[in-house]
Amino acid sequence: MSGPLEFLIVLAVLGGLVVFVTAPLRRARTPGDDSAAPGVAELEAAREAKYRELRDAELDHSTGKLSDDDYEEIDRSLRAEAIEILRALDRERALPSHGQ
Amino acid sequence: MATVGRALLIMALGVTVYGIGASLYGARRGRRAWIDSGRRAVYALGALATLAFAILEAAFLRSDFSFNVVAQHSSTTTPTFYKLAAAWSSQEGSLLLWVFLLSVWSSLILFLTRRRVREIAPYATAVLLGFGAFFTSLAVFFANPFATSAQPPTEGAGLDPLLLHPSMMIHPPMLYSGYTLLTIPFAFAVGALVTGRLGAEWISMTRRFALAAWLFLGVGILLGARWSYTELGWGGYWAWDPVENAALMPWLCITAFIHSIMIQEKRGMLKVWNASLVLASGTLSILGTFLVRSGILDSIHAFGASTLGIPFVLLIAAMVIGSIGLILWRREQLRSDARLESLLSREAVFLFQNLVLVAMVAVVFWITFFPLISEALTGTKVSVGPPAFRPFIVPLALILVLLSGVGPIIAWRRVTAANLRRSFAVPVCVGAATLVVLLVWPGGPAARPFALIMFALAGFVLATVVQELWRGTAARRAMTHDPVPLALVGLVRRNRRRYGGYIVHAGLAVLLVGVAASSSFQHSQDVLLSPGQRASVDGYTIRYVRPTEAVSSQKISFGAVLDVSKGGKHVTTVHTIRNFYPSQNPADGLIGKFFDSADSDSQVGLDAGLRRDIWTVINVDPSHLAPLINQGDTLFANYAPSVMTQAAKMPPARAQQAMNALWAERDLAVAEIARRFVSHPWPTEFLLIVDPLVTWIWLGALIIGGGGLIALWPVPSLARRRAAVRKRARPSASPGLPVREPA
Amino acid sequence: MSGGGPLQRRVGESAPGMDPSRKRAIRLTVALTAALLLAAALVYVSFSAGNKEVTASQLLTHGRPGQTYELAGTVVDGSVERQGATMLFRIRDPKLHVSVPVRYTGVVPDPFAAGRAVMVAVREQGAAYIGQQNSLTTKCPSKYQAAAASE
Repeated sequence: MSGPLEFLIVLAVLGGLVVFVTAPLRRARTPGDDSAAPGVAELEAAREAKYRELRDAELDHSTGKLSDDDYEEIDRSLRAEAIEILRALDRERALPSHGQ
Repeated sequence: MATVGRALLIMALGVTVYGIGASLYGARRGRRAWIDSGRRAVYALGALATLAFAILEAAFLRSDFSFNVVAQHSSTTTPTFYKLAAAWSSQEGSLLLWVFLLSVWSSLILFLTRRRVREIAPYATAVLLGFGAFFTSLAVFFANPFATSAQPPTEGAGLDPLLLHPSMMIHPPMLYSGYTLLTIPFAFAVGALVTGRLGAEWISMTRRFALAAWLFLGVGILLGARWSYTELGWGGYWAWDPVENAALMPWLCITAFIHSIMIQEKRGMLKVWNASLVLASGTLSILGTFLVRSGILDSIHAFGASTLGIPFVLLIAAMVIGSIGLILWRREQLRSDARLESLLSREAVFLFQNLVLVAMVAVVFWITFFPLISEALTGTKVSVGPPAFRPFIVPLALILVLLSGVGPIIAWRRVTAANLRRSFAVPVCVGAATLVVLLVWPGGPAARPFALIMFALAGFVLATVVQELWRGTAARRAMTHDPVPLALVGLVRRNRRRYGGYIVHAGLAVLLVGVAASSSFQHSQDVLLSPGQRASVDGYTIRYVRPTEAVSSQKISFGAVLDVSKGGKHVTTVHTIRNFYPSQNPADGLIGKFFDSADSDSQVGLDAGLRRDIWTVINVDPSHLAPLINQGDTLFANYAPSVMTQAAKMPPARAQQAMNALWAERDLAVAEIARRFVSHPWPTEFLLIVDPLVTWIWLGALIIGGGGLIALWPVPSLARRRAAVRKRARPSASPGLPVREPA
Repeated sequence: MSGGGPLQRRVGESAPGMDPSRKRAIRLTVALTAALLLAAALVYVSFSAGNKEVTASQLLTHGRPGQTYELAGTVVDGSVERQGATMLFRIRDPKLHVSVPVRYTGVVPDPFAAGRAVMVAVREQGAAYIGQQNSLTTKCPSKYQAAAASE
């Protein structure tokens, strides 16, 4: 392969690279970012984990690993924790800063 | 094209350095645009590394010997399939493979998580790009895969024949995928520690990365073992070689993490421990790459110091010091939210399991590095060797199997005596029954207590998994009234993590039964046989029926057909072959170079079965042909030069004809000499092995892989399910909570 | 933990009067003791069962008859000779021009060949060094390429 052609290829790749990587910097700032704020995302993940825990406890109970009393107690406390998370989530969503 | 390749690597180095700066600046100043630009730097690295790798692969496919790596590791006669694999048999190519896999995996993960873990991601991006910068600069400054020579040779040196195995195509990329995937949880852990956000979101994400790395690394290790068993001609699958240990250590570490992270998820405990495990896994994966590539340990005398040693040591030191520093800095946030309530709970079992796994890592690390440790302490290098692993690893493995059975049937937080009895009765009985049956079995494994215990424990574990699946299915059927198979599938689908994990445990039990049986009850014999003679191994009579011989342009193959019988009844016929590849050393002679045992490998004659493998290998000594070979060499040494001088004076077409005639005569002579192996066979050495349950290892590995895939598979239409659950739960007292559903 | 009949008593929970911090201290002590025992055993085994790893020149100058050494080095070109199941070869010091003869019986891994790095446990006996049966190990083949590149 000839020298100049290789040079052109390298130049083209370099150009494409610079354009691609710096694109976000040239973009006008878009205020209405649709993604969740970090606090919301964190709480949503915590909620998912709590739901999973609830399901796990239920499965443990139905397969005979948890006694009825223990299950009632664990389920109650897990639900209380889940409600806590849901409330926190509502508070976080209600914040005016959400969505920036 | 080599210039383009090198330019791509330099650009890749530039883009990584830019990306690190952009990500860190964006994160510190809260500038979204810079963070996005930093993430794009990872995608760009992915594209550049892919292009560079494609150029290198294309050079291998075209047999472009102006590339030094191609000339050193491939040849025109190398099969196309292996030309592709030859790229990573070189130091330079494997570094490029590392960069390629790292950048592709990082790009994929960062793309998938682009809207999540917003605060952690820029730091993780910077760390990943840091690894990218390190390996790219190695490829740019120390081991350039695009180095060329002005006078390319007309033929390459060829690929080491030992690497001509299908596993070689897949084993290094799998292993490297595992290693590179381990850097991703590492990077996200660093990001989480820097930002102090080690919450639920980080956990759920890191767990998946860790699981993926665990799966790939595991597959890589297993393929390596399989290759060793079928290709290396020594009859084993695991030699405690530093290169193997290098992959095993991060794998054990990440296995521990996958379990203990669940305790953090559920109970908010063990945060320091989990952060340490994930950072240690990442560091061990770099250490593993270093061991594989530098040859510092097993071969320090043979190879001298590799040029890559110092940069790697610096990187590992930075990772260790940085990890410890970050954990100490964040120790306040890493305090546990809860305490262990009971020593008989699933979290306690996980904790024990973690301690056992970490102890295993410590044992493997200490014994592997002992030559270096002892040299530093006493001035003399002392090597301990494979037998030293056994007294430690065997008991630890037994405890591990026991725990892998106990874990699934014990509840989180606490248990009651009644529940314990209900969960353990059947599995314990199965384990005990296994033990009793094996003890009274005539000629059974009673003589080997460790193997015996392993079998009993495996019975226990398998029973727990079956019981769990059965009870889960029954509970589901009580709600849905589905037929059993449908209920089972539904159960596993709805609880992928849990049942995927249980299936992995079953696979582990099967695999370790294979390991225990095959290492305790192997019978092997090294014999010298002439055609018609027989040897006996573990009740099997193996008869050397006839020698075989085949000559092709690539190799000469000497083999033997062996007939295996037991008690006079035919069992199987196996064919083992020793291949000799022409050497590149001109001193070996025009004929002799085809019979050089330095470039030879064996093809195992294997009859694999569920109960036992019959494994045979022939070791042909071609020196019996030495008089004929020498005669041929002398003849051609006198004859060939005169043909060549004559040919030089002829027109090209005629010269080619004359040379072809000469090579045809040489090939005829080689074929004639090789035929002596069949016409005048001499006593030949065989290694004959009868090994029980080896197939269980590969079966167990398949089960483990399947279970891992189930656990890793994304939950289908999670959003839809969540919406459905919410809708159903709304009217209830606790808004948004899932109602109690069938399992 | 609330009541329940005798069957409901939770297993593994210690006596109610026990101070939780003392319980933690006991657990920690047990774990540390186990770790210490493991470490001690590891150190003991590795120093007592280990063989000195030597090169050919070290073996010639410091080797004592009867003691077993782990000999590491390169197989000398053209030195490999088979006599039935026994194999004779010489192992060279990679840095010095010194080599020692080795008599070996047992499994020979495929990667074994002249010019390659191997390790074998040997004991001096007469003029030769006797290799322990099945102690010959060779390196992962991926290394040879690295060696060629870094040399």
